[in-house]
Amino acid sequence: MTATNHAESAAAAWTRKHLLGLEELSAEEITAILDTAESFAEVSTRSRKKVPALQGRIVFNLFFENSTRTRTSFSLAAKRLSADTQDFTASASSLSKGESFIDTARNIEAMGADIMVIRHPTPGTPHLLAQHVDCAIINAGDGAHEHPTQALLDLMTIRRARGRIEGLTVCLLGDIAHSRVARSNIHALKKLGAHVILCGPPTLVPRGWERFGCEVVHQLDEVLPRCDVMNVLRIQFERQQRGLFPSVSEYSQFYMMTQDRIRLGKPDLLLLAPGPINRGVELTPEVADGPNSAILDQVANGLAIRMAVLYLLSGRIDAGSRHRD
Amino acid sequence: MREAATETDRAAPSIGEIPLATILINGGRIIDPSQGLDQVGDLWISRGRILPMGGGFDDAEVVIDARGMIVCPGLIDIHVHLREPGNEEDETIATGAAAALAGGVTSVACMPNTIPAIDTQAAAEFVILQAQRARQANVFPVGAVSKGRQGAELAELGQLVAGGAVAFTDDGAPVASADLMRRALQYSRMFDRVIMQHCQVPELTVGGVMNEGIESMRLGLGGMPAAAEDIMVARDIRLAEITGGRIHIQHISTARSVELVREGKRRGVRVTAEACPHHYSLTDENLRTFDSNFKMNPPLRTWPDVEAVIGGLKDNTIEFIATDHAPHAREKKMREIDQAPFGIVGLETLVPITAKALIEPGHLTWPEAIAKMSCNPAVLLGLVDKGTLRGGADADVTIIDPETRWTIDPAEFRSKSKNTPYGGWEVKARAHTVIVGGEVRYTRGGIVQHAGASVPA
Repeated sequence: MTATNHAESAAAAWTRKHLLGLEELSAEEITAILDTAESFAEVSTRSRKKVPALQGRIVFNLFFENSTRTRTSFSLAAKRLSADTQDFTASASSLSKGESFIDTARNIEAMGADIMVIRHPTPGTPHLLAQHVDCAIINAGDGAHEHPTQALLDLMTIRRARGRIEGLTVCLLGDIAHSRVARSNIHALKKLGAHVILCGPPTLVPRGWERFGCEVVHQLDEVLPRCDVMNVLRIQFERQQRGLFPSVSEYSQFYMMTQDRIRLGKPDLLLLAPGPINRGVELTPEVADGPNSAILDQVANGLAIRMAVLYLLSGRIDAGSRHRD
Repeated sequence: MREAATETDRAAPSIGEIPLATILINGGRIIDPSQGLDQVGDLWISRGRILPMGGGFDDAEVVIDARGMIVCPGLIDIHVHLREPGNEEDETIATGAAAALAGGVTSVACMPNTIPAIDTQAAAEFVILQAQRARQANVFPVGAVSKGRQGAELAELGQLVAGGAVAFTDDGAPVASADLMRRALQYSRMFDRVIMQHCQVPELTVGGVMNEGIESMRLGLGGMPAAAEDIMVARDIRLAEITGGRIHIQHISTARSVELVREGKRRGVRVTAEACPHHYSLTDENLRTFDSNFKMNPPLRTWPDVEAVIGGLKDNTIEFIATDHAPHAREKKMREIDQAPFGIVGLETLVPITAKALIEPGHLTWPEAIAKMSCNPAVLLGLVDKGTLRGGADADVTIIDPETRWTIDPAEFRSKSKNTPYGGWEVKARAHTVIVGGEVRYTRGGIVQHAGASVPA
């Protein structure tokens, strides 16, 4: 079990109780998660895909916003670590009529949750929760703020394909302003030494983003030849309704990844998409299923990343309780 | 009047109750900007009035030892939300007026965004009646500009004046219609009352939680651009110019707005502006904590804006300091940050935060700061017998201990709500004893002596 031995030494060095975002992590901490995830990726290749690391732990998925992919990925990751898992799904609107989300979380903690995985449409909600409950909090997406495990799985996919992050040119394409995936990616990629390009219409990539150390571009075709990685963000149709771009078809004309655009890029251009993807809007079906696409690798790596995060944080639970004793 | 004594007694059991006594405030640093006065001396009060300086009696029924303290006209806060009627879970006129006293404020002007709005004579008179019952700080209602604060038709401004309204505003919401604002500025001229405006173009701040800028980008929170304020400040200054009306810019928060007011004054427009302590002591970087006690409207801005507000206070472009005291019950504020209401309580932190952010760094002197919190507000609202220590003026006096060091503890607030970003701050200076209408209505104790006490010759 060399894999878990690796993970054990990473866990020993891990000091954080929560994973709230990537902005506050160091490059070393991000690398530690990626390395730990590599160990767990090996577990997924076994015929019996389960390790006992989190036996007796309870992981609660607290989702105040629709999500299938992320919630399932976290559930499966917890199960592979032998934790008990429970989902709690509520729309933020039904909550606003009665119990506050803090009360909801306290109730769930009283049921014995060790780790809470929270998704919420409002930025900062996991941070607020961390002040009110004692268990470990994993941010599974807070509004337009951060989505750390998504960015970590993007980085893992890049590192597996290219062997490194440093020195690569990574373009985040589409709705940067409203994207938590973009923010987490920007923080992590910059820390690990990548050059980050943000590309989209100025209404979705407004002035100011260059202050995060990114290159801001509005014409995709101009930067495409320089990119090693293209991360295609989802376009939410309500943005069009709010007048941030004139029509989906005009958006696609400028920013959809097509075969023609793939040919404009480097031959080994790595194509990522956090999904769910709109085929024919952000990218064509041929591109989504083509040789440059790593979309399904991302899903597999997501599982390993979430196992790694759950594993590292659960080590701190022990440290905490030993301390209390 | 025994029933009124309870709050004061609780604060200082030793005082007892001698209303309208002859009071000697002994040996304090008397600062009265209305007379250009800053000197150590004695101040006498009799029968609810200030006695002319240098006058006095042989003995006093109450002697206050004010050595080492500042004695100044009672502070007047021109921007306060008291929440009554309609949101008594946040604050009442009685608790808000009590909080005012604990902050050294003897008079407040309360905003009309209550439920229902203060848009009729009866509503204004209700506020005054409740304040009289409370016997804490004086309360002056500010009437709504438009009926129901809906921004469509003028409220009955003349009847509001008859009911005691000292100014008009739709605060909480801006008067969005340029046409309505123009009519309000024209019509209010017949009462010489000021229109106070929360300057913000509404359509530029939809979904906004904080200042728009690098911090809102970082946090993924909806932004409220500085330009939303600047544009309406520019519009309203121009409307005041063509109408001859008086426009007062509430809670000014951006560098460009300060410059617009400065330039408007230079042109002779009847424009004034107030600044709030949070806009000269905090920036939008504080939102990184996602603490809704940093969520206010207008939002906390950037350091260059804070510096511009301080610059405006220094050169008197901004003649007023006001708190925008905005109490919200804990359960309302302890929410997701986009759903928590805007605003913080401010009455009980006005003096120490002003001392820390403006006086200690040398931006303003005590007399300059006191002018912006007492005599200037009295002039703005037409309160001729307040904001001054001239002989014959109302005996509203604030005694400030400028050197005392203390830690702000929201649990000690008299305000019903505790929503402050300043909890735990180490500060200096605090209101010590407050006299309203010749009555000692608040004291932290130890300096007030009573009846029969001999007076130094």
